[in-house]
Amino acid sequence: MPDNVSPLRQPAGSAGIETLTRELAGLIVEALNLEIPAADIGPDQALYGEGLGLDSIDILEIALVVSKQYGVQLRADSEENTRIFASLRQLAEYVNVNRTR
Amino acid sequence: MLAYRAGAPITAGQFLADVERVAAALAPGGHVLNVCEDRYRFAVGFGASLVAGKVSLLPSTRTPEVIAQLRRFAPDAFCLTDERDCGVELPRVRFPEAATAAPSASPGGFRVPSIDADARAAWVFTSGSTGTPVPHEKAFGRNLIACVRVEAQRLGIPERPTHAIVATVPPQHMYGLESSVLMPLSNGHALVAERPFYPADICAVLEAVPRPRVLITTPLHLRALMASGLAVPATDLIVSATAPLPGQLASEVEERCATRLLEIYGTTETGTIAARRTTQTPEWRLWPGVRLEPRDGATFARGGHVAQPMRLLDVLEVTGSERFLLHGRIADLVNIAGKRSSLAYLNHQLNSIPGVIDGAFFHGDSPGTDAAVTRVGACVVAPGLDAAAINAELRRRLDPVFLPRPLLLVASLPRTSTGKLPEAALRSLAAAQQKPPAAE
Repeated sequence: MPDNVSPLRQPAGSAGIETLTRELAGLIVEALNLEIPAADIGPDQALYGEGLGLDSIDILEIALVVSKQYGVQLRADSEENTRIFASLRQLAEYVNVNRTR
Repeated sequence: MLAYRAGAPITAGQFLADVERVAAALAPGGHVLNVCEDRYRFAVGFGASLVAGKVSLLPSTRTPEVIAQLRRFAPDAFCLTDERDCGVELPRVRFPEAATAAPSASPGGFRVPSIDADARAAWVFTSGSTGTPVPHEKAFGRNLIACVRVEAQRLGIPERPTHAIVATVPPQHMYGLESSVLMPLSNGHALVAERPFYPADICAVLEAVPRPRVLITTPLHLRALMASGLAVPATDLIVSATAPLPGQLASEVEERCATRLLEIYGTTETGTIAARRTTQTPEWRLWPGVRLEPRDGATFARGGHVAQPMRLLDVLEVTGSERFLLHGRIADLVNIAGKRSSLAYLNHQLNSIPGVIDGAFFHGDSPGTDAAVTRVGACVVAPGLDAAAINAELRRRLDPVFLPRPLLLVASLPRTSTGKLPEAALRSLAAAQQKPPAAE
């Protein structure tokens, strides 16, 4: 790709999303010091509230690791947050589209 | 300007027209639970409630249990919401939008409603050691406006319309009500409708309003903002409260943002009572008229805008006639990212769950790093329940930040023969439960 084109990578296909989902599970477990093994977080399991039981403090922490790892600055009002953090897969798709690393 | 939303100004005339319209649209009940997410609409709703002689209810959380308790406290309570789906189980009034914008200059000038200084503006609630939240009355002038007029002075911002006040905190809690709604309104500064969350959002909202700007926020958000590496738009004052701000973080914020940072100290019961410039002194300076009294092994705050003598839940050392040092919380107090509760309250909620024989929360180990959040854990005796079931029940009673991490199911708690539960024994039990399984 020429240097003067947007640095955004090409979005990954479905295999790429799967890998990203696993990566994110690992990052989340480590960043939040969760008891559950990363492999146990299902791609469609709810992250917020019931399900993994994350709260807004956790979301901010995840945003931090995601920005460091993938160069994505999360931007959202609370409605969009609910959608982005509805599941690992949703989060992976958001990161996939917006990542710069 | 009175307010900004998405960078667009809202005039005082518009505000007064909105207040009048909303006051007429409120339900007949005398108590309002104002859950408007948009800070401007919250402010309009708060003003409309005052004008209509209704009292605003400000619980610390809105779990189903707390809502049920509010219904018992005020059977005529209703909910004012600016969202389509509001899960609160109270009669609901949807915030009515104006059909047309108010004229920017009304021919007869504005009629600013006059509110009696002693009018009961709000009930705020704290969690006591029993299961029921404790109500504290806030008189409009005496307790609220008196406090925020001083706040502007102590923050070093003028008492005339100059600044735009951006805040990350909700208007429904005392800090946000005072600093992000009433302080601007009573001193003529502009309040900002948004409540930015992520660092990128905070920067965007700051950028959208004219200088001079103030950011009202907490250590949690400041830490995230610094860690993000983003360039923060020029901000003329940053205010932090709800939890102690590490000195190093304070210095970093002042340096990287080329700004002044002030911390304010207060409680739900007393409102804001002191402030300090963290990078210059560890000492806090009290609001005028507020006095600290040692009594019964604790410190009470009284006088000034404080409604009645209130026991403070921190260890304070008086160092002068209006100055003190903070030495940390008393053992029972829980503060997670600025949300306050007590071990006694949490334990009461846990043990009220059917099927829980005995349960106790404990303070988690401090992560040891800068301002990272310390959680509470819990050991629970509940033979017929699993962790998910217990958490589901806790979720009905507690703000999510207080859910235990970890939640450990145990056969019994290490109580003494008199039923006391020494903290050390509880923590040992927790540590033992968490040891990794022996290698095969």
